[in-house]
Amino acid sequence: MLQMTRVSKVFRTEMVETHALRALDLEVNEGEFVAITGPSGSGKTTFLNIAGLLEEATSGEYKLDGVDITKLGDRDRSRLRNEKIGFIFQSFNLIPDLDLFDNVDVPLRYRGFSRAERKKRIEEALERVGLASRLKHYPAELSGGQQQRVAIARAIAGGPKLLLADEPTGNLDSQMAREIMALLEELNSHGTVLVIVTHDPEIAARAQRNVHIVDGVATDLERGHSLVKKAQA
Amino acid sequence: MIGYYLGLAARSLRRNVVLTVLMIVAIAFGVGASMTTLTVLHVLSADPIPQKSDRLFYVQLDPKKQRGIHEDPDPNRQMTLLDGQNLLKAKKGDHQVLMTGGNAGIDAQRPDLPPFFLDDVRMTTADFFTMFDVPFIVGTGWTAADDDAATRVCVISKALAEKVYGSTNVIGKTLRVEKDDLRVIGVIDNWRPVPHFYDLNTDTYGKGDELFVPLSTGIQVNVGHSGTMNCWDDHTDSQAVGAPCEWLQYWVELDSKDKAKAYKDYLVAYSLEQKRAGKYERDPNVRLPGLMEWLRFNQVVPDDARLQTWIALGFLLVCLVNTVGLLLTKFLRRSTDIGVRRALGASKRSIFVQLLVEAGVVGFVGGVLGLLLAWLGLWAVRHQPATYADLARLDAPMLFATFALAVVASLLAGLLPAWRGCQVTPAAQLRSQ
Repeated sequence: MLQMTRVSKVFRTEMVETHALRALDLEVNEGEFVAITGPSGSGKTTFLNIAGLLEEATSGEYKLDGVDITKLGDRDRSRLRNEKIGFIFQSFNLIPDLDLFDNVDVPLRYRGFSRAERKKRIEEALERVGLASRLKHYPAELSGGQQQRVAIARAIAGGPKLLLADEPTGNLDSQMAREIMALLEELNSHGTVLVIVTHDPEIAARAQRNVHIVDGVATDLERGHSLVKKAQA
Repeated sequence: MIGYYLGLAARSLRRNVVLTVLMIVAIAFGVGASMTTLTVLHVLSADPIPQKSDRLFYVQLDPKKQRGIHEDPDPNRQMTLLDGQNLLKAKKGDHQVLMTGGNAGIDAQRPDLPPFFLDDVRMTTADFFTMFDVPFIVGTGWTAADDDAATRVCVISKALAEKVYGSTNVIGKTLRVEKDDLRVIGVIDNWRPVPHFYDLNTDTYGKGDELFVPLSTGIQVNVGHSGTMNCWDDHTDSQAVGAPCEWLQYWVELDSKDKAKAYKDYLVAYSLEQKRAGKYERDPNVRLPGLMEWLRFNQVVPDDARLQTWIALGFLLVCLVNTVGLLLTKFLRRSTDIGVRRALGASKRSIFVQLLVEAGVVGFVGGVLGLLLAWLGLWAVRHQPATYADLARLDAPMLFATFALAVVASLLAGLLPAWRGCQVTPAAQLRSQ
């Protein structure tokens, strides 16, 4: 599904050159749930942005669902992002002056679906996250957990193969965090690839694979155990 | 998607009412001021007879004396009666007309309407009505034979007919002009070419003529001459045939460039012939400007109208620069929103179009307000003492132009902000959250 070969990212200013990722090799297969862990500033989010086509790698090769994205222009990258990827952000990033229906509608608009198709998908997505009755509510009228559910509905409405989540429970209390993780795992169990960037050892422990990034270098760990042990220690 | 973008624009503009109002007001004032002055310029510089202005030519000859040629090398602006009659007899054009403005006392011979003075009289030859597409309500103009015979006939305006007779059904009635009775043979509808192109010696933006009489008849019944008259030698009667005085206008209708060239050649030949006969002193010096060229040559559009237009356009530019700044602020404050949309699949182009539509909506609303301001501005112009003041009204093309100007101006103003907006790096924006 996701294949990165020697992907590097360097941020340059006049004075400083920062290597956010160094020759990263990573392959994520169909149906996997992968946690990306590492200390702050290690390059996790940069990895997620490159994986999500929000940022371009400085060098290396990246194939998403078999498509070599290094050869694509903005329009094709945007279309690919719209069709294949769903984003879930730590701070939800809902658009405050759109109600839930219109928020979930955003990616579908860029897809060019008919009005009826969009309505069906929006209602299904909100139904799936348990918010079907609140179509006309605005984000500010919801709790943090509910807002993240809307963000998940927005991410899955277009039927993406890959869900990229950046600290999806970072702004939630533990009860809500568990609910959100249960929802994401359920989506993963239906075949959606799930890649989560997290600091939370509990979430990492639930992933099938852990990739640990330190100073831009990634290490593929065994299923969560080493990170949990480290955290407990 | 445009419908979607319009909806987003409406939401966005409602989000920050003060900023939105500032932008709309800036566009509206710029457009209002520009359209006020552009409308005046449009009215003043319009083609008065667009359906045939390319076929109408003004004839200029130079019968002046050799003395003073350095001071005045140009041909005369008007025609002598003798030259006019000679050209008329030659009939080298498809149509031709010799005319001048006049004034006369009118006696309605009604106890309730005392005699009055009319200063909008046209003494002309027969082709006038055909050449200038004058609209008749009833009757027709006269014939060349009437010109030759100085027949006592006239054509009057609808306004004069209603004033004198209370009706336009007046064919065959008599109108006492000075001391002679003229038979009414036609009544024309409201006709006010702007500018008054066929005679720029009288009021250029005047109300139009009310009484038309054959030139020969007018001279015989002592209709007074209105307009400019220049004489360059001794004479006893300035309006006599052969008098060295220019006081008439001569127009010719020619329906092709070849005919125009041939006609100019004819004028040169005519001038040579006159010189050989000892009537002209100067070498042939002729001009045959087309109607619009003649208007430009005479600078019928006042300089202050042009100056005001440039000032207003400069003001619009200042308003646009302000709008650019406000749009830039507005769009860049929405970087997170843009970043989210980019993450969810919007291309740079989609964001660019979305933001440009928002700028266009500002322009449209600014255009509506600008239209109201332009109406207000034109109302103010109509209360000025200028002769063209009452003409300053928005017509359909200018109405359309107002909206076009507003939308195009705001789209131009939106280009840079929209471009900057679509360059927002989504990763940076989402990370900053």
